[in-house]
Amino acid sequence: MLDNLDEFFKGFGYTLFLFLVCAVASMALGILLVAMRVGPIAVLRSLATVYVSVVRNTPLVLIFIFFHFAAPIIGINFKWVQVHVGSFDFTSAFATAFVALSLYTACFVCEGLRSGVNAVPMGQAEAARAIGLPFGGVMTQVVLPQAIRASVPPVASALIAMLKNTSVAAIFFLAEATAAMRGLTNDYSSQRIGIFLCFAIGYIVLVEIVSMISLSLERRWRVA
Amino acid sequence: MRLRSALAATTAGIAIAAGLAACGDAGSDDEGRDVDAKSDCDGKFAEGSRMAELADAGTINVGHKTDQPGVGFQGATDDVPKGFDIEIAKLLIADLCIDPASDKVNWEETISDNREPYLESGKVDVVLASYSITDDRQKVVGQAGPYMVTGQQLLVKSDSKIAGVDDVKGKEVCSVTGSTSLETIKAKGAKGVGADSYSECAEKVLDGTYEAMTTDGTILAGLAAQNEGELKVVGDQFSTENIGVGYGKDHPEMCEWIDGVLEDAFADGSWAEAFKLTLGPSGVQTPEPPTLQPCK
Amino acid sequence: MSASVLFDAPGPATRMRHRIYTAVASAGILAAVVYAVLKLNDDGQFEYDLWEPFVTPDYLGTLILDGLVDTVTMAVFAITGAVVFGFLFGVAKMSDHAFIRWPAWVVVEFFRAMPVLLLMIFVFSMWFISTKGSFLWIDQRGGFFSVVIALTCYNGAVLAEVVRAGVAAVPKGQAEAAYAIGMRKTQVMTIVLLPQAVKVMLPAMISQMVVALKDTSLGYAVAAPGLTRVGQQIYREFHNQVPTAIVLAVLYVGLNLLLTLLATWIQKKFVGEKKIDVVAVAAGIDKNRA
Repeated sequence: MLDNLDEFFKGFGYTLFLFLVCAVASMALGILLVAMRVGPIAVLRSLATVYVSVVRNTPLVLIFIFFHFAAPIIGINFKWVQVHVGSFDFTSAFATAFVALSLYTACFVCEGLRSGVNAVPMGQAEAARAIGLPFGGVMTQVVLPQAIRASVPPVASALIAMLKNTSVAAIFFLAEATAAMRGLTNDYSSQRIGIFLCFAIGYIVLVEIVSMISLSLERRWRVA
Repeated sequence: MRLRSALAATTAGIAIAAGLAACGDAGSDDEGRDVDAKSDCDGKFAEGSRMAELADAGTINVGHKTDQPGVGFQGATDDVPKGFDIEIAKLLIADLCIDPASDKVNWEETISDNREPYLESGKVDVVLASYSITDDRQKVVGQAGPYMVTGQQLLVKSDSKIAGVDDVKGKEVCSVTGSTSLETIKAKGAKGVGADSYSECAEKVLDGTYEAMTTDGTILAGLAAQNEGELKVVGDQFSTENIGVGYGKDHPEMCEWIDGVLEDAFADGSWAEAFKLTLGPSGVQTPEPPTLQPCK
Repeated sequence: MSASVLFDAPGPATRMRHRIYTAVASAGILAAVVYAVLKLNDDGQFEYDLWEPFVTPDYLGTLILDGLVDTVTMAVFAITGAVVFGFLFGVAKMSDHAFIRWPAWVVVEFFRAMPVLLLMIFVFSMWFISTKGSFLWIDQRGGFFSVVIALTCYNGAVLAEVVRAGVAAVPKGQAEAAYAIGMRKTQVMTIVLLPQAVKVMLPAMISQMVVALKDTSLGYAVAAPGLTRVGQQIYREFHNQVPTAIVLAVLYVGLNLLLTLLATWIQKKFVGEKKIDVVAVAAGIDKNRA
């Protein structure tokens, strides 16, 4: 295991990169979805509702399969993605994992934000409306800032779940941490327990870091 | 009430599906060779040997692949796998006086992750899963044979300009995580991408994501035949893979037995027949039988 | 707070504007759907050949009998195991004895913070060590039981937290009253606290079942049976990835919606509107911890 520390860190490097870009994308998409879901346009409301209920009931593996094996057939392909940073290659495998994970996680982020919106006292929105703010103003000035505070725990939990879900990319061409573990347990099958524990602890450390950040955000933004 | 109506809807859906079911007719059914079980097992094997135990028990566990057309393949509705590996396995099974077509044979899928652990633990008795003989593997498992000699090549799209291993330096080439092929292609200067199976690699070459995939030529030939006109095998073999039969290290006596069965098959033409039947359709010429390695 | 509080009952100008938005949005959605369908049609994705396996009795039978049944069986095994695991460790975490409480805490945290796929692959690679080759039913299903064991540990760890939260949600007076009439610790837990906690936990447990059901598809990585596996075999044989993905999605979504309906119904019938925030619990965010 000690001889292969570079593979360990490279694997978790991919995991971390994937987590960070997916976190940004799924937050953006999640905010868009929640705006559609609580907004006044019925068509958009149902679109977001349908999206969320379909995606959250579909296994992540199936979404990966779709983007890897079905989508290229109908011309959706990510082979044009060619970014190389140091010894890291961000190519189609990374791009596909990014798309699949972001689309999947966005619906959980949306649900988390929605529970946050629901947690904002009704009087806040009523007061905002009473002073004449339109829907956009009510949302951006009054409701969302409070909703975001209330939705830190559920959104963070969606992101933590996503962090763990990056492991699914291992079975779809990406050499991230779980794939690195697979390679190593293959080469050193007598040490597989030790190897497994190292990788498990790697994930646990990452999960704990994200959950600490969420806790400190929550404390800082606590609604008085 | 909503629950009940949902259940009703589902039931109706299944009924409709069942009704439609009558009109489809997909799939093919080509069988392998029929190999009859021998009946001379009383006293054929030394007392206490693994072969005698297996023959007495009348059952055997065989590890194989399911994703390599022509070598070891199993479709969604197939009860037993088919391919060259399987044909050789049948010869071994028959020699133990077990009917290869009966349910006394437990066909167990082995993936690259678990061939050694399966053999080490005795979960399978023999592995015939395009299993190359290597020194590393012989430290943990026994390997007899080879029953086939092949080498690593490249599989590319029919219109590809790639002609050999020199053309893929710095490019992404797909192979299976944990396989020797992946290590070899990395050593040749390409960027190896690890997939879960060779079929997945072939899919990604077909859709243009990766320009090439690599593994043993026989496996590639099978994949090329399955996608005729779209994929082709190119380049010289840049490694030599001796495909052998894996067995448990605790039973060294199996080596002589496996080699004996293979020797007979080479001599009486059943080896060549099996080759022609399974790999012939992929356009691979039936070669001379390989030379067996001495048992250790 | 319902959505309508966020905006006024629209006046004529706003209604007009909303109508325009609606029209634009509908046109956009319609265009996207039409484009997708045309595109699929252009690529020949609606050709009968590609869909034929799904109306062929053999393949349909395999898909429903092997795939669907295996998926559901794995989920049922896993969730049953997880409930047992969850109760054991949930109660252990509330033990008065530190030597029980701490190990339980470590186990629960460990399984909760780890990707279930990592665990699954590990269980799979360890599976053969204890079993010698035989024809036992259990022995032939390495993939199947790797999925079941991994999901049991993960979902069990989540449920352990749910159990703890459920018991904590029972009013304090209940336990106090029970002690007052002379019940012992075990009695208080099994007779008074747990039965009331279960009522609150039920919906959370069933939504965890949806998670377990979805996660059975991770068995893809360890050659386990199930819907995804059968789908994979079908598209390998027929190269009909798009139809296969659509059929699989419909089956999974249908199955999960049924489960969700069941959860909602049970919740309405037994619990009312109270429920534990299982999502936060699952992710390991414990507000009382730090």
